[in-house]
Amino acid sequence: MADSTASVPAPRARRWPYLIPLVAVLALGGVFTKRLLDVENGLEVTALPTVLLNTPVPDFDMPPLPGHAEGLKSADLKGQVYMINFWGSWCVTCLYEHPILIDIAKSRDVPLYGVAWRDTPEKSIAWLAERGDPYDKIGQDPNSKAAIAFGVAQAPETFLVDKKGVIRYKQPGPITPDAWRNDILPKILELKAEP
Amino acid sequence: MRRLVFALALLLAAPAFAVQPYEMLKDPVLEARARDVSKGLRCVVCQNESIDDSDAEIAHDMRLLVRERLVAGDTNQQIVDYMVSRYGDYVRLKPRLMGSTLILWLGPFLILLLGSFVVFRRMKEALESPDLTTAADITVASTDSGEKTP
Repeated sequence: MADSTASVPAPRARRWPYLIPLVAVLALGGVFTKRLLDVENGLEVTALPTVLLNTPVPDFDMPPLPGHAEGLKSADLKGQVYMINFWGSWCVTCLYEHPILIDIAKSRDVPLYGVAWRDTPEKSIAWLAERGDPYDKIGQDPNSKAAIAFGVAQAPETFLVDKKGVIRYKQPGPITPDAWRNDILPKILELKAEP
Repeated sequence: MRRLVFALALLLAAPAFAVQPYEMLKDPVLEARARDVSKGLRCVVCQNESIDDSDAEIAHDMRLLVRERLVAGDTNQQIVDYMVSRYGDYVRLKPRLMGSTLILWLGPFLILLLGSFVVFRRMKEALESPDLTTAADITVASTDSGEKTP
């Protein structure tokens, strides 16, 4: 071989390039491990970046649940700060979020609108009857028209809309007490202070 | 014989499609366009599946929306643009050529270029090398292959 005793010493000096693949594989493994752990620890609730921030709420007009007088339409989201929450009786994390929504509704910090996403009216009504209704208005979105317009990928997802009807905040996944205290409530107060 | 019949029967088995018959449009031209658009849109709750392939409920609703918009007269591009305006570039199954995806598109060519450069250098070195062992290796290698193909 080239590095036998008779050969020139040059090849010995250039051994390090052979380590490049090993280093590259280890680095890639490190990145993959970190991403996996992030998902595991809930650091990355959604892979989707929010493209709708700072854009006006999309046009929608959702029918009411039976027994409710009004549905929900985009015109309802103008003039003050609103919170709009996509949920479904099929959604397990919505169960976790529900008592927090009830607390928020009691606090009267912000009007709360709900979208019954991909659900039957019977199941939505049963859910609200059993667990309490935190919503000021509810619209039905059985075929995801509004959900897609809001770029919703999974339930629950919650948006804050400012006085001008512009989307200013998105909470992917359930509202946790921490997220409410540290992110959402301060954002509501900030939006309320705007002209 | 039995085995052969069984194997032939397998050929007849239709693959399971995500698109259900009731979803399809009556107009075959529009339906073909719908399939085309759907194949380029990523299911937003799956990692690497088009809405055409996905059984997810949101993918089902997106397929229906694609068809509804086609019937309403939208172009394929308008539908893709609408989905991108809702979900971002993530929803394109095939990433667009832009600043942040440059490495994705050009990476393979750069690696090929780098590899060719390394191979070229080594071949040149080996040929010019005064080292007899290396030169002998090459000669042996070339005669080897020469003998195997009479």
